Amino acid sequence: MAEARHAFQGHGWRPVAAERPAIRRVLTVVAVGFVALFILLPLAAVFAEALRKGVPAFLEAFTDEATLAAVQLTLLVAAIAVPANLVFGLAAAWAIAKFEFPGKSLLITLIDLPFSVSPVVSGLVFVLLFGSHGLFGEWLQANDVKIIFAVPGIVLATIFVTFPFIARELIPLMQEQGTSEEEAALTLGASGLRTFLTVTLPNVKWALLYGVLLCNARAMGEFGAVAVVSGHIRGLTNTMPLHVEILYNEYNFVGAFAVASLLAGLALVTLLAKSLLEWRYGDELAGAHRH
Amino acid sequence: MTAFALTGPASLRRAIAIAKPSALPGFGITFGFALAYLSLIVLIPLSLLVWRASGLGLGGLLGIATQPRVRAALETSFYLSFAAAALNAVFGLVIAWVLTRYTFPGRALIDAMVDLPFALPTAVAGIALAALYAPNGWVGFWLDAWFGLKVAFTPLGIFVALTFIGLPFVVRTVQPVIAELDREIEEASATLGASRFQTIARVILPTLVPAILTGFALAFARAVGEYGSVIFIAGNMPFVSEIAPLLIIVQLEEFNYAGATAIATIMLALSFATLFAINLTQAWSRRRLGHG
Repeated sequence: MAEARHAFQGHGWRPVAAERPAIRRVLTVVAVGFVALFILLPLAAVFAEALRKGVPAFLEAFTDEATLAAVQLTLLVAAIAVPANLVFGLAAAWAIAKFEFPGKSLLITLIDLPFSVSPVVSGLVFVLLFGSHGLFGEWLQANDVKIIFAVPGIVLATIFVTFPFIARELIPLMQEQGTSEEEAALTLGASGLRTFLTVTLPNVKWALLYGVLLCNARAMGEFGAVAVVSGHIRGLTNTMPLHVEILYNEYNFVGAFAVASLLAGLALVTLLAKSLLEWRYGDELAGAHRH
Repeated sequence: MTAFALTGPASLRRAIAIAKPSALPGFGITFGFALAYLSLIVLIPLSLLVWRASGLGLGGLLGIATQPRVRAALETSFYLSFAAAALNAVFGLVIAWVLTRYTFPGRALIDAMVDLPFALPTAVAGIALAALYAPNGWVGFWLDAWFGLKVAFTPLGIFVALTFIGLPFVVRTVQPVIAELDREIEEASATLGASRFQTIARVILPTLVPAILTGFALAFARAVGEYGSVIFIAGNMPFVSEIAPLLIIVQLEEFNYAGATAIATIMLALSFATLFAINLTQAWSRRRLGHG
């Protein structure tokens, strides 16, 4: 159908349900121009600023110990937050998609809740819980446990903001797939765990990967929530995005943009992998969504 | 099926009492774990915020909200988010239309890059926009030279950052609806003598309105809470270019928990009201058009 339309256009024939070529050109230029101005240009600026003083200066930024510590902390936080939300996503999707119970749609709404909370508020709630003036503040101080201005707070805030990513990919897909395949496996004598590992998991593997990619990108890149709970202690509680802020505020622009370019690279890899998954396995991801 | 329930351990039997009987195992443990994890990470911390706010009372809450600096920050966040979401509604619609209906070289690349604001860490976007729109930046220099327009470190800079962050919400909400439009209706409209403009204005746009409104609301909700991409370009001057999320952090640094809690609660209420409006819009469009 689409091919036929374009073939006709080649001969100066225009179907009734299409705009004039001139209008098409104008709209295309407007759309591409807007994306170029607001999205491609900032992306290009990251790499241009990082390389402004040449490759050696760019590379030197990564010899800084505080920078390396920030990279390590970011990897550590993601390595805790992503698996935690992965286990939750699988458990929630199993309970929600494979069983009928009252209050299900409320539960789905509650799982999506962190997406509608400002990152700063996400950090604030943990300060209200564990900060020095918080609910458990005195108890934590008496027992010498540090959560706020320490790694546990950063991990908690990151888990909060990345909470829905994996669950929301899995739930609609597993609901669509129903329970018949699992019932067949159980009837044939497989254990519950084996049914899950050999029937359910292979059926959702691409959606799972999709959710993990998005969850990981946000976990490594989260700024607002982490900024509230971190305390910005160099070498100890600085993740990469926080380190970008510190370097930038110290007017170390090459350093800030060098670390930023690493994060931008991560974003590009995530987008590429995401597009590949949508293109190759679109049918095996949940039907309705596109982001 | 019931035999399975009866032979299971006590916890399983209790869980089965919640769920309808099923041949599949594992409801009790997965439901229990999911609910416990959800409560610990999300529900308890958020209810603590609401509980703290209720301790202030409505009078206390309003008292903080109407303090000049707080009010200025809330208004800045609200109006600029509204303006940015409105700009995105217009250009997001054009982008979604062009990406769905036309073919041109680089279409797939542009389509993929629309999601960049979802994937790019906000701090990275923030310093990149600040560098671009600074007086000596690629864009800021020319805007200043040609129009005398200063963007970075003014409210206009906040507007630019909020536009960046909100664009994919509109495009990704409208795009699937355009893809599902029935072209035969457009052809029928044209056959009945409508010009292309009339068909777009009277046939296509009314069908897209719910999706555009939803995209607008999502972009707005995100923009109101946005922090990372804004603070580098905003200048952060109290009463001029200070956004509400930043003021929460300022209050926290002064150990003014009541102030931070009050602003956070107002923002939370605003985003829930937006979500509620989205749900109403979708229910309305289902009734009117017979589909979501």
